[in-house]
Amino acid sequence: MKTENQKAWFFVLPVLFLVAFNALVPIMTVVNYSVQETFGNNLFFWQGLDWFEQILRSERFHAALGRQFLFTGLILAIEIPLGIIIALSMPRRGIWVPVCLVLMALPMLIPWNVVGAMWNIFTLPKIGMMGYFINDVLGVHYDMTQDPLAAWITIIVMDVWHWTSLVVLLCYAGLVSIPDAYYQAAKIDGASPWKVFRYIQLPKMKTVLTIAILLRFMDSFNIYTEPFVLTGGGPGNSTTLLSIDLVKIALGQFDLGPAAAMSLIYFAITLLVSWLFYTLMTKDDNK
Amino acid sequence: MRKRSLIPIFYILFLMLPIYWLVTMSFKTTNDILAGFSLFPETFTLDNYRVIFTDPTWYWGYINSIIYVSLNTVISICVALPAAYAFSRYRFLGDKQLFFWLLTNRMAPAAVFALPFFQLYSSVGLFDTHLAVALAHCLFNIPLAVWILEGFMGGVPKELDETAYVDGYSFPRFFVTIFLPTIKAGVGVAAFFCFMFSWVELLLAKTLTAVDAKPIAATMTKTASSAGYELGLLAAAGTLTIIPGAIVIYFVRNYIAKGFALGRV
Repeated sequence: MKTENQKAWFFVLPVLFLVAFNALVPIMTVVNYSVQETFGNNLFFWQGLDWFEQILRSERFHAALGRQFLFTGLILAIEIPLGIIIALSMPRRGIWVPVCLVLMALPMLIPWNVVGAMWNIFTLPKIGMMGYFINDVLGVHYDMTQDPLAAWITIIVMDVWHWTSLVVLLCYAGLVSIPDAYYQAAKIDGASPWKVFRYIQLPKMKTVLTIAILLRFMDSFNIYTEPFVLTGGGPGNSTTLLSIDLVKIALGQFDLGPAAAMSLIYFAITLLVSWLFYTLMTKDDNK
Repeated sequence: MRKRSLIPIFYILFLMLPIYWLVTMSFKTTNDILAGFSLFPETFTLDNYRVIFTDPTWYWGYINSIIYVSLNTVISICVALPAAYAFSRYRFLGDKQLFFWLLTNRMAPAAVFALPFFQLYSSVGLFDTHLAVALAHCLFNIPLAVWILEGFMGGVPKELDETAYVDGYSFPRFFVTIFLPTIKAGVGVAAFFCFMFSWVELLLAKTLTAVDAKPIAATMTKTASSAGYELGLLAAAGTLTIIPGAIVIYFVRNYIAKGFALGRV
């Protein structure tokens, strides 16, 4: 199908140059920090792999990593099926299509710190709409600044609110690309709705689902601003996700070495999981 | 059919509630907000908006954001187009590895890279310029743009290219006059994603700017003072950040709706 052409490299050069400038230099800096110890005055001492060992053994890191996997797992388990269901039930043509799409895309266009601040006030008891409704109308005690479970529910609901639309938009795009002939053929064969979904719609959505799952995995695994503004990692450490912990170490305690080692481990985990997803989901295409 | 449309309706209602809440809050005074919950503003006020439109540090925040976001979108699309074409049409040494490497740049935790980014951009003398933020955001926008455009280009049959060469078109002329119009929906979708991710990203934008190119989202942290949050002002500024995005979606809505259908995706 594709022709072999080494000159195609020239087309890729600008991208390579721009991305490498942004990616390689900072990574080198981080690698540098991760193997050195500093006592200020720009004096650095070779430290070896001590920081890596220290981080890998620390319970604090394990706890943050555990919370991070729990958060990302829950996000994917809720947003992907929900996104597919909503995309399946959206109108295919007519004036409601653009209305739905524009309204659904709105949450994604709000800057992340605004999302955090907005949900913070939204869920406050007494003055926030959601906080008032749950506390005063339903009579259930709900205060995310005191109760870890409430804090977790709040960050999950916030993320579902913020990002499910991305899955919906991508899946919808995949669904629209299915020619009507497929459905007509299925109708003649008397296929049940489940079979239509399993053998026509799902395979056609595969490419976009790959994009959706990978994007949601990467972004939820690296999430920082929203939960930080919303709960600040609290109450206690209950919502201190990996990147929040990292910034606490790097900027709060100014331990550059351990922070750099931690971020490289963090990056490696993200890379490994994404690579697994990517190979698993594109496996059939390469055959 | 009727019952099925309830799902999107409920979903949209769920999406709109916090946004409605933000907008009503922007028409209240901070004291009103703190006094207790109310569905409508009791004393309707435009003071919050007046502050934003008359104070240069506020409205320049918006202008700065729009400048670097537009710059980033243009740069990302311009360099992603040839690269996506190469990935979709040719096989070359290391193409698959390169494609995955591009993707990995989206996974870099920005929280960690903020400090090295600051050092890098300070050392090349770009600190506190719109270009610095626009270039930094390329890190995660270019891979996404290449990815999306490659999907759309893969959907265009190769015969189109070949016919054009037979007809005596040069490559640049073919690319601009024939190929680009065929995938314009893809360009629209890619531009929308670039705009969106650059518009909402704050950590890098805040790190790379001080005064001259300060984004609106960073200006908003001003509302927190020793006297507590100025909630009304925060809400008004938040409401205004939705507007440019809403305008962009309005223009690309047809591309999003029909656009993807043309692509292989």
